[in-house]
Amino acid sequence: MNPHLSLNPLTDYHQLVVYPFMVNALEAGTIVAVTASVVGWFMVLRRETFAGHTLSLMSFPGASAAALAGVSLSLGYFSFCVAGALVIAAGSRTAGRRDFGQESAVTGTVQAAGLALGFLFLSLYGGILENLEELLFGSFLGIMTTQVQTLAAIAIGVLVFFLVAGRPLLYSTVDELAADARGVPVRLLQVGFLVVLGLAVGATAQITGVLLVFALLVAPAAAAQQLTARIPLSLGLTVLFALAIIWVGLTLAYFSVYSVGFYVATIAFALYLACRLSRTAVERIGRRATAAPAIA
Amino acid sequence: MTLADLNRREPVPLDPAATAAIELRGAAVSLGGRAIWSQATLAIEPGEFVAVLGPNGAGKSTLLRVLLGQQPLATGTVSVLGSTPRTAKREIGYLPQRHAFDETTRIRGVDLVRLGLDGARWGLPLPGRSAERRRVEEAIGLVGAAGYARRPIGECSGGEQQRLLIAAALVSRPRMLFLDEPLDSLDLPNQAAVAALLNRICRSETMTVLLVAHDVNPLLAHVDRVVYVAAGRILSGPPAQVIRSETLSELYRSPVEVLQTSDGRLVVVGQPEAPHHHSDRHAHP
Repeated sequence: MNPHLSLNPLTDYHQLVVYPFMVNALEAGTIVAVTASVVGWFMVLRRETFAGHTLSLMSFPGASAAALAGVSLSLGYFSFCVAGALVIAAGSRTAGRRDFGQESAVTGTVQAAGLALGFLFLSLYGGILENLEELLFGSFLGIMTTQVQTLAAIAIGVLVFFLVAGRPLLYSTVDELAADARGVPVRLLQVGFLVVLGLAVGATAQITGVLLVFALLVAPAAAAQQLTARIPLSLGLTVLFALAIIWVGLTLAYFSVYSVGFYVATIAFALYLACRLSRTAVERIGRRATAAPAIA
Repeated sequence: MTLADLNRREPVPLDPAATAAIELRGAAVSLGGRAIWSQATLAIEPGEFVAVLGPNGAGKSTLLRVLLGQQPLATGTVSVLGSTPRTAKREIGYLPQRHAFDETTRIRGVDLVRLGLDGARWGLPLPGRSAERRRVEEAIGLVGAAGYARRPIGECSGGEQQRLLIAAALVSRPRMLFLDEPLDSLDLPNQAAVAALLNRICRSETMTVLLVAHDVNPLLAHVDRVVYVAAGRILSGPPAQVIRSETLSELYRSPVEVLQTSDGRLVVVGQPEAPHHHSDRHAHP
């Protein structure tokens, strides 16, 4: 039976969940969407998107090292993403405080070194990575139940980090010096956040592919932050956007011939664009409204 | 509720016999083997509004770091609220030197003030209990920021951002307020307004306010005391006593002239702007 979109939600839902692989994909996608979007919300506010991008590319040396060593792909992904995070964290400070110039320089170096390592491992491995396209652009076909369990464990770890450290992390993001003076362990939080970012990126890359991690990491947070500066609302919208992106993306990919990465990235971009345009429109209307009556 | 009520807090077991809010005795600091300043003796009374002045690199921010317990002394003693700086730290509201928030910082002023209250506590940044929300509103009212506290902070002007940051430093009801160059990057009317605001807070909340500044003029009408950091030494006293040709020439050990313009502004002429790096300066008066 070939699935096809019937526009009857109930029928479509039954078609979606008839195969276990698709149930796995939906579960994994949901887990990854929640994790990536929450991490992404902090990442956008902390201006660490370049670090996030670099850590997603660490999946490539991770995957080729895993192939070379004959261990599981997940292990390769997570260990390289976390290692990259630690290197960036180690080199991102001057005189005890965050230095954005220094951080981006170190991040760029990590990126180049990571990609070079990836190629080295690949040539040592001798063969070609079987599923290079999946690695780069994602796939939802082969997600196994154990993989879903790993993702769930990672997600729980990441969410516990935010449950415990969300507020001081936000404080050190907004005003690091004041937070430091108040006794917030700003250095520890920065390292912790980068490691969490590495874990989230390693998890997300398994669904969206290395190159399209950003669709779930940046786009929902950036779109939500366009719409509101209220923290709980902004976080809630971020998670909702990410869930919408992954669910719609997986459904469309299931019912059509194109890859999930394409749909996820396209929907994410469209969503960001819509939020951006609506903010501009609202601001323009707001300006006109305040400009009209003469204000003393 | 009166402003005095706002100031209620659990008393911290600091030395009750201490009269000075801040006391330095024979204090010296060196960074990387280089003496920044030495033989500093200084006493600041509770409730005083104090300006820390001096040329770039003379060690004004270092003085704040010493008082916050972030920089140990090479010799001498320091006491803050009758205790060590580390113990007294939670009684101090601190506003670091900064760059402005730009438009990409998508949180509201009220959230920033809120973080000043509970940002150091573990947990999630969720809307909290009504007592906390009320205290945040009080602090915002105190600095007169109610009109823009719910706008994204990046969209506020420099002066508005500075008022919100002061509210964030005030909100935890500290007994002292340290501000590192809060007038920097503000235009002249805003410098005057923020200086007047700090003066009002200093008096109404009986809070010791210590402020690092480049230019004394916006502060001249308000401050009780000037702490002048220059040429490896620290000098303290009422502004009229310190900002005089004789005193500053003595401090710099070179001729410095303080001129008064017709509108009462003070201009210091001839002060060496570069920090004194040589360690043998006392050998050549």
